[in-house]
Amino acid sequence: MGGVCARRALVAAVLLFAGVTAADAASMPPPGAASCTGCHASSTNVETNVPRIAGRGASEIVAAVEAFRSGQKPATVMDRIAKGFTEAEIRAIAEWLSAQK
Amino acid sequence: MKSRRSFLKGSLAAALVPMPALAQSQPRVVLVGGGFAGATCARELKRLMPDARVMMIETNATFTACPFSNGVVTGLRALRAQQFNYEALGSLGVSLVYLSASKVDPQARTVTVADGTALPYDRLVLAPGVDFRWGSPARYDEAASARMPHAWKAGEQTLLLRRQLEAMEDGGLVAISAPPNPMRCPTGVYERASLIAFYLKARKPRSKVIILDAKDSFPKQRLFQAAWQQLYPGLLEWVPLSNDGKVVSVEPATNTLVTDFARHAAAVANVVPPQKAGAIAAAAGVADRTGWCPIDPVTFESPLQKNIHVIGDAAISGAMAKSAFAANAQGKACAAAIAQLLAGDTPASGKLINTCYSLVAPDYGISIVGVYHAVGGQYVDVEGAGGTSALEAPRETRAAEANYAAAWFRTITAEVFG
Repeated sequence: MGGVCARRALVAAVLLFAGVTAADAASMPPPGAASCTGCHASSTNVETNVPRIAGRGASEIVAAVEAFRSGQKPATVMDRIAKGFTEAEIRAIAEWLSAQK
Repeated sequence: MKSRRSFLKGSLAAALVPMPALAQSQPRVVLVGGGFAGATCARELKRLMPDARVMMIETNATFTACPFSNGVVTGLRALRAQQFNYEALGSLGVSLVYLSASKVDPQARTVTVADGTALPYDRLVLAPGVDFRWGSPARYDEAASARMPHAWKAGEQTLLLRRQLEAMEDGGLVAISAPPNPMRCPTGVYERASLIAFYLKARKPRSKVIILDAKDSFPKQRLFQAAWQQLYPGLLEWVPLSNDGKVVSVEPATNTLVTDFARHAAAVANVVPPQKAGAIAAAAGVADRTGWCPIDPVTFESPLQKNIHVIGDAAISGAMAKSAFAANAQGKACAAAIAQLLAGDTPASGKLINTCYSLVAPDYGISIVGVYHAVGGQYVDVEGAGGTSALEAPRETRAAEANYAAAWFRTITAEVFG
């Protein structure tokens, strides 16, 4: 654990010193995640009846997708989409989305 | 772990070199084409790599979106509502070059634009959309399209088709020629016929719309056909390939569409021609014998030319339809892959979604969804996922999907151009 923390601190120090020169791993969407914002607006300036999911709690997103997948929650398209992802993929996407502004 | 370690290495190296050298090492990514694929990718590249030099080459300073343009054809929307510019992209630091790209040198890694300038790249992204195979059907060329519009690239052509519909007398025949696959927006023809029928029903009820199709089936077919029967009985006819649907030639002077066994003299003739990848793809050597561009589904890099990626309608992306949603999703995935490649990482395996809405009437929406993963070098459907709207559904569901369709258009255009 100590090693990981030390390395994180070093990464942070290097970032401060050099500026961000490469893609930030945290901003890299996991497989499938980049497709979500086609319908779920990342901007707050869009008039839409589709709920925003960026910045929402990861467990909340996971619960919703699982409910779509099981058919527990009625849907027009999300039931068909949710069935294409594994639990691990849904979790990764949810965590990435919740880290977005 | 791997990504953090190599990231650390890259950052340390950057931190130790003097500043001018750092500027030199900033990667150069050039994009050709500012549609849903190219503009999305440019924006995402800049978000993931703020210091990278991202340049987008696009002929037109105004972008006219195809999705929802069938609403313009039928008088439901203004063309203005389809138009966007690249100012936001420019203010995020994407360099914009409003010229056409004419040549690519994959060895020297340069793109030549109309004024003769050769622009160097580390990675090139081609998002040229589609070109028409002029001369197919026989005698359908660019000159013929001034009389028989294709309206398959939004803009003047969209308005021309609209004016023709408006000028048509009641009792006229509107004939649409649909091309074989692969094509941009494979459900667009059927949405167009639906909305034209909606217009005719209200304004010119003695008229008729006929689709002469080079195919025997199309996506969401049963949903469309059930809705046509319910909403437009006697107003809309679909003639499949097997029933002499394929238009083999046109006669622009008389607005006639000719099939093997029949001649259809139309008041309004809308010819959607067969398609291929935009011309720059062939010029760069990334199009194959089909006229389209094979890709690695994870990185979108061409197997034919290193360091050149192809996204959007021009790419062969397996089971994924050529749609704006797919182009946008591919643009983001390609940007992520390029950022990882430039950082010395291996991109994660690809997984993408596509959602396509069609309007059968302004308040009647239907959809098709797909989830895709890369298997054997191609995007294939994830089994058990995707599919169309339910065949039986109350009108409230259709109305809800029509609303979701409109929300999708506002959302995606805001993400790309806002």
